[in-house]
Amino acid sequence: MSGPTSVRGSVAKWALNIYALLALIYLFIPIAWIVGFSFNNPRGNYNVQWQEFTLANWREPFGDEALTNAFVESLRIAAISTAVATVIGSLMAIALARYRFRGSGTLNFLIVLPLTTPEIVLGSSLATLFLDWDVTRGFTTVVIAHIMFQVSFVALTVRARVRGFDWTLEQAAQDLGASPVRTFWKVTFPLILPGILAAALLSFALSLDDFIITLFNAGSLNTFPLYINGSFRVRFPPQVNVLASAVLLISVALMIGGMMIGSRRKKSS
Amino acid sequence: MTAVSTQDAPERVRRPELVGLAALAGAGVLLAAVGARWFTGPLAVVALALVLAAIIWLVFTAVAGGPEARRRIAPYGLLKPGTLWLALFYLAPLVTLLRLSLSTLPSRFAVEAEFSWEFQNYVDAFTDFGPQFQRAFLYAAVATVLTIAIGYPLAYVIAFRGGRYRSLLLGLVVVPFFTSYLIRTIAWRSLLNDNGEIVRFLDAVRLSGLFESIGIMDNGRILQTPVAVIGGLTYNFLPFMILPIYVSLEKVDPRLVDAAQDLYSTSTAAFRRVVLPLSMPGVFAGTLLTFIPAAGDFVNAFYLGSPSTTMIGNSIQDQFLVQNNVPLASAMSFVLMAIITVLVLIYSKYFGTEDLS
Repeated sequence: MSGPTSVRGSVAKWALNIYALLALIYLFIPIAWIVGFSFNNPRGNYNVQWQEFTLANWREPFGDEALTNAFVESLRIAAISTAVATVIGSLMAIALARYRFRGSGTLNFLIVLPLTTPEIVLGSSLATLFLDWDVTRGFTTVVIAHIMFQVSFVALTVRARVRGFDWTLEQAAQDLGASPVRTFWKVTFPLILPGILAAALLSFALSLDDFIITLFNAGSLNTFPLYINGSFRVRFPPQVNVLASAVLLISVALMIGGMMIGSRRKKSS
Repeated sequence: MTAVSTQDAPERVRRPELVGLAALAGAGVLLAAVGARWFTGPLAVVALALVLAAIIWLVFTAVAGGPEARRRIAPYGLLKPGTLWLALFYLAPLVTLLRLSLSTLPSRFAVEAEFSWEFQNYVDAFTDFGPQFQRAFLYAAVATVLTIAIGYPLAYVIAFRGGRYRSLLLGLVVVPFFTSYLIRTIAWRSLLNDNGEIVRFLDAVRLSGLFESIGIMDNGRILQTPVAVIGGLTYNFLPFMILPIYVSLEKVDPRLVDAAQDLYSTSTAAFRRVVLPLSMPGVFAGTLLTFIPAAGDFVNAFYLGSPSTTMIGNSIQDQFLVQNNVPLASAMSFVLMAIITVLVLIYSKYFGTEDLS
């Protein structure tokens, strides 16, 4: 930025930078606690008081059986719901970004609504539906609930990514004799795939982490967050921190990988 | 884009987009009605058959019609699965919630509620849980203001001074939120504990007296005070504020600021009259994304608060899952949603922008 720089101006500038830095540090305070306490050797059932450094928890990340089962259950739910929601949501996103049609305003509104409804209303209303149907709440109802909020999320994320897409490329492919189906798989799909993958990753994370909606629709099922909440009164094993840190590490690795692929694409094109 | 293809074949289907729209809307409404059990027994079977017929009609029109008809009907076909899912698992539950909120439990231990236009549930929701409603909206409002105060400068610095490290810095903002929401809140609980790191640090640097006098600490403790609950809400919803503000700041052309300064505007005035108005859509979206979930949250109040800081989410959760008073919990949920909707409508009228997403 150009313009005259005075002493007062540069002091203000540095004050703002330091403020921003403090905000960034604030974001990491609980993360430091979570990762740090994964190396703690707790006395008793509660891993909240620092005792001594140990690698034992990381050597046995699945040392707590009930916790591991709940974690696996969460992964299964996230895998199924993300697969379904990504397909359904991406179709919606393509329809909204690609075509102009009657009723698109109402459809947009319907898609935004679930994201502007408090989770407790989503969770409790869906639970009343299952009560009304006399359906026992468990694995299936949780998957249904997750797909519901993921569909909206995927549709909006993919639509935002697809907005800048040059649809005349499709026209070009068809002018050169490609069938619409071939055009989609050879031209459109590869170009919008990164947006779809990013949306799928984020909605996988949303499912894995969801607590409020899941609590209302899980019945006796235990997911990772539900198990932590349910057992918190009695125990808080260090494996919770280990698994949480591992999820964090994997997410960061995937994010960095995605960024590197993205920048390589930009360079090559 | 609308008039791409030429009419080389005579159209076999008239007004295909109307077929598509009718099939989509009709199937959605019918499925929501069946889900909410407006139709029961044979009527429900008829309604489901109609939903199926609408789908077949759509497919048939696409197959029988020419390429132009297919192109016009395509968006409705693509939207169909998602719309039906939302009709059945978003719209129908809200209708059921409303119906159950007007029902009564025949006895204290009954599971099945009976619909009876029971408005008493709403009276109870307001009279018995007034303080919880007030706290929910008060805490959520304070937390939203705090997320703007913390998040805006951070988004600003990343957008305008981040340079080539922009995406790295933005990544750093997102990273903490790849750990579980619940565990992050438990982390704060442990950190704010009476003999936890933060209270001990404040005691050591003799700041606890000051914090006590401005109301941040209460009898030497932070945990189980409103401050802890609001702090937790602020922390947990911060990225929902930072990201939209960043997105709108990123779109601001820095040359606009240069232009303002070339015209002898001070940098403060340039910010106030150029950057700030252009970033308002981000602040608007961030406010909705923070305030709405914060008002319905019960995790922070449960882990960081005390019985005197419970929010309406705690009460709904308790009535629904512990006391098994589903009608009352439904009425409370419905009131929460109604108040939020009204607040959002008022807010969008005064600060709203066209582009929400």
